[in-house]
Amino acid sequence: MTIQLSHYLLLSAVLFSIGVAGVLTRKNLIVIFMALELMMNAVNLSFVAIARYMGDAAGQLIVFFVICVAAAEVAVGLAILIALWRHKGSMHIDTLATMKW
Amino acid sequence: METVLFILLALSSILSALLVITTPSPIASALYLVVTFFCIAGLYVLLAAPLLAAIQIIVYAGAVLVLVLFVIMLLNLKRIEEKISRGWKSAGIVVTVLLVGISFAAIAASTAVLVLGTQDVPIGFGKVATLGQLLFTQYLYPFEVVSVLLLLAIVGAVAIIRKQGSS
Repeated sequence: MTIQLSHYLLLSAVLFSIGVAGVLTRKNLIVIFMALELMMNAVNLSFVAIARYMGDAAGQLIVFFVICVAAAEVAVGLAILIALWRHKGSMHIDTLATMKW
Repeated sequence: METVLFILLALSSILSALLVITTPSPIASALYLVVTFFCIAGLYVLLAAPLLAAIQIIVYAGAVLVLVLFVIMLLNLKRIEEKISRGWKSAGIVVTVLLVGISFAAIAASTAVLVLGTQDVPIGFGKVATLGQLLFTQYLYPFEVVSVLLLLAIVGAVAIIRKQGSS
């Protein structure tokens, strides 16, 4: 059995779905944050796999940019979490219900 | 050999990803996330992207995870009692299973397209020189935009964290 593009795409889909499950079923904001990172990595994996099978390096550059944006997102996201902790003293997602309709 | 490596890395990444979202302690899930990131970096090496594998380890397994662990320890996070209603939990599981099913079906249905590109990699593919060449010629504009974005993220993070009223 040789490894084909579809195997990588399936693995990427599974990892992405695990990330979705984490976001949906957990209540701790930091864990939800980590599940988001997991989803982003799954998408990166499919980008790299498709770049490899098309022989086009642009797919790898996209991943480079995604990693940069993810770094910015982590910095701002964790700052928001710390501000929330100062304000409410909790990391439970239900404390973030102020803007809930 | 490549097949064996792929199966090993894929299984361990799925296993550690499942552990990330199921372990009650946030520190343990952060450590399992490191394992997932290393497995994905290994897959990048298999996919002829050594530079991205290095960036993955440095940025994700290094910087991002250190930041997350730092925040967890700084805030002295205890376990949150997660009282999740059974309906909500099963809804999450159903959505996940549906998502996996739909992506399996979509990938299986599109094999005609996917068999196409199994040719050998071009010379220098995924190397620093090739990617740098592209980055500083064709993709110079997005590169500059990303640098501004990173600057904004630094300023934004400091502005959010600073205590209200102190200068």
